[in-house]
Amino acid sequence: MKVVSVKNIEKIFKVGKSTVTALRDISFEIEAGELFGLIGPDGSGKTTLFRILTTLMLADKGTASVDGFDVVNDYKQIRKRVGYMPGRFSLYQDLTVEENLSFFATLFNTSIEENYDLIKDIYVQIEKFKTRKAGALSGGMKQKLALSCALIHRPSVLFLDEPTTGVDAVSRKEFWDLLRNLQQQKITILVSTPYMDEASLCDRVALIQDGKILDIDSPKGITKKFNHPLWSAQADNMFKLLTDLKSLVEVNSCYPFGQEHHVTFKDVRESVNDMQARLHKLGHTSIKFKKIEAGIEDCFMDLMKG
Amino acid sequence: MKQFLFFVKKEFLHVWRDKRTMFILFGMPIMQILIFGFALTNEVKNTRIAILDNSKDETTAAIINQLQASRYFDVQETIQVNSELVPAFQAGNIKLAIVFPENFQEQLLHTHSAAVQLIGDATDPNTANTLINYASAIIIDYQSNLRNQIKFPYTIKTETRMLYNPQLKGSYNFVPGVMAMVLMLVCAMMTSISIVREKEMGTMEIILVSPIVPIRVVIAKMVPYFILSAVNIGSILLLSVYVLDVPIRGSLLLLVSECLLFTITVLALGLLISSIANSQQVAMLISLMGLFLPTIMLSGFMFPIENMPLGLRIFSNIVPAKWFYMIVRNIMIKGVGFEHVWKETLILIGMTVFFMVVSIKKFKTRLE
Repeated sequence: MKVVSVKNIEKIFKVGKSTVTALRDISFEIEAGELFGLIGPDGSGKTTLFRILTTLMLADKGTASVDGFDVVNDYKQIRKRVGYMPGRFSLYQDLTVEENLSFFATLFNTSIEENYDLIKDIYVQIEKFKTRKAGALSGGMKQKLALSCALIHRPSVLFLDEPTTGVDAVSRKEFWDLLRNLQQQKITILVSTPYMDEASLCDRVALIQDGKILDIDSPKGITKKFNHPLWSAQADNMFKLLTDLKSLVEVNSCYPFGQEHHVTFKDVRESVNDMQARLHKLGHTSIKFKKIEAGIEDCFMDLMKG
Repeated sequence: MKQFLFFVKKEFLHVWRDKRTMFILFGMPIMQILIFGFALTNEVKNTRIAILDNSKDETTAAIINQLQASRYFDVQETIQVNSELVPAFQAGNIKLAIVFPENFQEQLLHTHSAAVQLIGDATDPNTANTLINYASAIIIDYQSNLRNQIKFPYTIKTETRMLYNPQLKGSYNFVPGVMAMVLMLVCAMMTSISIVREKEMGTMEIILVSPIVPIRVVIAKMVPYFILSAVNIGSILLLSVYVLDVPIRGSLLLLVSECLLFTITVLALGLLISSIANSQQVAMLISLMGLFLPTIMLSGFMFPIENMPLGLRIFSNIVPAKWFYMIVRNIMIKGVGFEHVWKETLILIGMTVFFMVVSIKKFKTRLE
């Protein structure tokens, strides 16, 4: 069964006299029990799409349904059965951890006890702070509390808008482990993130840029489509290397990736030795090329180029 | 229902935990009543005056004695020459000067007529007027005593009685006004801010994606402020009666119900503001400029509406505080029953319904 189905959704915002198209002709479907990732940079339209699916906004064109209900006509039904965690921390800062949780439980006509088993793994980590005000929690703790609040009514679909933004690396990993556990409970999860490295943790991902979906597939499927050789390049002067590589006619693309640059050549048969010789002439020292497997980010960059 | 009650409890917690809100809610009404009661009064008491007595006879001495005996005046300095008058006014030492011409008594006895000059400092025209009136009254009083001694056959005496407020106490006037002001502040401003805060903090977003009917959220927000306002009404009335000696001549039950009706009117106004405003600052500005100022200026509490230009007089009709002020003044001070305030009450009810309907219509079930 398709739990989320989006067809030709389009959304246009008016900014003063001009208009900004936030979503262009978006279509996709999510299977029950899937952990689906929406990957894209800031401003690509992720939050707008989430708000349309959680019935907070109306699309200008197209239709969408969640759990079999139309987002426009049956919005009341959807509001009963989805869990939503907005990108910004949106709990009551002046209420304690426990008060926040029981407030959201009562809001959905349930109680903490009734669904405690579902949030237990998450809540035990913050339970020792239950009398602390939510505003005084650390970033990671806030996210765990927000997730507990979004889950307390046992939703069938969970919408998490950038849950790991602004959270430290350890907490991010913990958070994804928690999502994996939730999947076991037969909850369909739609999560958005600007971090490409998190894409591989999803069952399927949609790459979104400028309101357009670039590709939808499993993380493996996406990287498999990257069909030309990819090289990582290193040299003593990394900054000069980047500008020089970009200026060479033989180079197709070159992006900085942490400690190295990822390079593709226009001719797939291009030899690395020739390349090194060219760079040597430009004054580079200890140039190293290494053949590597493409990651999601490489694919994203490639798709973005068109 | 459980949902609703929990919401109300949550709202109470918000108020309870914010010290500034608590201060505005409970400190302000008491402070306003006390400040208006004791400090900001336009009654005349112990005003410093100067007397230039060019005659220095029995009559002038008697008049000066009477002036000094009244609690309105405090004869500060006796001036010997005309030229000292202007500097005394400029230095701000005196607000009023009384000048007796030479041979005052002689003129009075022989020509049956003598003139006294009253010079007021009209920098503040209202005070100057009041002072002149009081001083004239004292002089006229002396004159009529004189007449009685001489047995003058034809006299017309005016006898004045100030109904409902014989001592012309200012507090009779401002207690209803302060009540309107406080309720405006507590209900309209605080509710609108607290609803808008949910929008600003993003909590509205989560609440919307839940089974609760949005309008219930808002009604739940009004309940705590309604209860807090009731507490404020009580404390203002207690302070007025026991500290400021303002009587409640009409029915207490009627008075309290009218106050609660006005509370609901203003709550509805707050709701309306919150559906327009998108940030706490905007909500605060609209409440202050759009509600607070008209309440002070156009309710008749500071300035009499009858003296205003036609445009303002018409505009004042849409200020709810005007009607409330009329009702409270009539019940508290005049002691009239419902049969004399039903029209105003009906207008307030009409306004309440109108505000409620508009704001519920305007209330968004989505973000935009």
